[in-house]
Amino acid sequence: MSEVRSYYGRPVLKEPVWTWEIPAYFFTGGVSGGSSVLSLAAKLFGNERLSRRALYVGAAADIASPLLLISDLGRPERFHHMLRVFKVTSPMNVGAWVLLVNGGASTTAAVLELLGIWKPLKLLGELVAALFGPPLATYTGVLVADTAVPVWHEARQELPWLFGASAAASAGAAACVLCAPDAARPARRLAVGGVVAEGLVMHAMERRLGEVGEVYHRGPAGAFSWAARGLAGGGALLLATRGRRSRGASVLGGAMVCAGELCLRFAVFHAGKQSARDPKYTVRPQRERADRNGGKATTKPGEAAAPAARGT
Amino acid sequence: MSTVAAPDGWEAYADERQERVGFFTDTSVCIGCKACEVACKEWNLVPQDGQVWTGESYDNTSTLGANSWRHVAFVEQEKPLHVNGDGTTGLRWLMESDVCKHCTHAACLDVCPTGALFRTEFGTVVVQEDICNGCGYCVPACPFGVLDKRDLPAPEALPAFLGRKEDGRVWKCTLCYDRLKGGHEPACAKACPTKSIQFGPLAELRERADARLEKLAAEGWNGAQLYLRDPDDGVGGGGAFFLLLDDPEVYGLPPDPVVTTKHLGAMWRNMAAAAAAFAVGIVGAFAIGGRL
Repeated sequence: MSEVRSYYGRPVLKEPVWTWEIPAYFFTGGVSGGSSVLSLAAKLFGNERLSRRALYVGAAADIASPLLLISDLGRPERFHHMLRVFKVTSPMNVGAWVLLVNGGASTTAAVLELLGIWKPLKLLGELVAALFGPPLATYTGVLVADTAVPVWHEARQELPWLFGASAAASAGAAACVLCAPDAARPARRLAVGGVVAEGLVMHAMERRLGEVGEVYHRGPAGAFSWAARGLAGGGALLLATRGRRSRGASVLGGAMVCAGELCLRFAVFHAGKQSARDPKYTVRPQRERADRNGGKATTKPGEAAAPAARGT
Repeated sequence: MSTVAAPDGWEAYADERQERVGFFTDTSVCIGCKACEVACKEWNLVPQDGQVWTGESYDNTSTLGANSWRHVAFVEQEKPLHVNGDGTTGLRWLMESDVCKHCTHAACLDVCPTGALFRTEFGTVVVQEDICNGCGYCVPACPFGVLDKRDLPAPEALPAFLGRKEDGRVWKCTLCYDRLKGGHEPACAKACPTKSIQFGPLAELRERADARLEKLAAEGWNGAQLYLRDPDDGVGGGGAFFLLLDDPEVYGLPPDPVVTTKHLGAMWRNMAAAAAAFAVGIVGAFAIGGRL
């Protein structure tokens, strides 16, 4: 493959300035999005024990999420500026609204459940949270894909599915930690199914990315990716076998899957940083595209022969 | 009113809309004096962020960022200035003053969740410093790596919140919005001694750039090309565009940038499908039989 040219090997893009709070939020947002749907589904299928546990898990994650996000801001005291507009062109803005609604609904429902009062309002809270859970669990895939970072932008087809699978796995796994194995059965299936789905999507994503995807095998992204596979895979295996009867195995398996999903979010996060840092990931695909389509961004002599007509 | 491409959001100004203005940076006459860098820093009170010796020709600024809104790139090449090799030693020294491109389709502006980034009546893109909360989304969204977060100590005491002392906001070229309001040209263009940086109505600059390109081609200059001149490129053309003497990537510029929000509609639809599958999957975990 031809060597790419660059300016002293310096990055073309700026590396994302986000810190550890953001991948941690991707995890908590996923847990809460999954838990709010899991809780309502459990209620509908008459599994009260699982429903209540999932409701509490979701509310706890919903309390952690905004704290993580605010702590990452350069000007945390201005966090509410996120809500001074509604902008569909900004996945972060849409996400802030989704988190506000889901978080407000799920924490309200959890508090009312704890106090045992206002049942209709509690039910409404659970319903709203479940409605906003799926977008909360998947929009973060759009958030990172809607950047110029090659390993994120080129994976825009897969990222919402990857994050959705990861969210389902972690919500199921968290419920397995807190719920006895007999009541946790659907959660266990969700955890195992989520891990399997995530593995398939990850595979498809790396195939599509080609050279750009090699960051998932290098540096911190590689390490987190490896840890994610080991922990989530091992945890899912444990849940699917001994975790069906043994409380201890269920707790350990659930914790392992959760840890694996957290690692997956950090793998994607670091992959983005590594992808932005090396100019070859930005320049090579663009150079190849420019050579194919004649370079839309450049105008060679003779190409601008009729400036008045082309300038309009 | 000029006939240049209307940047996103500009139309909303209606009667208050001004002629779209920008920069044409002609690198063939840049002498690398860095007067633009200095004038920008002085006028806009851009703080200094330390000195590093890079060993990269005469460039210790290295890149655009929160504290460098103009950056002069220096490239030393073993390549004659003219195609026929006349009048040279076989070496050439390229210099280019880089700046925010004030894109027609600006990703930073699209993704900004607070509305801190906005389109001005002149068609330029500016960050409102009293709105920006330092979320950092515009930083990886920009296909040119222009924006960055300022980590320097804040000039004034900040409200007590999580013990922050840094400025923490995102900064970039404003195309001297305050000077434009007062009818002046931006500080960098004013200070440029060779007219390498030209400021004016974009339509006029394009005509001038086209003429300059044809002249350089006739004189046999090596690699002359315009960058971000055309409204049909991936960012709809730049409000700041360039005459380069080699491929964009040699100057650290992306060769075929595309606004990141170009595919956003498809991304939202894809997400909706994933979200639906997510909900069905969870309900399915209850509905299906089996031993697991």
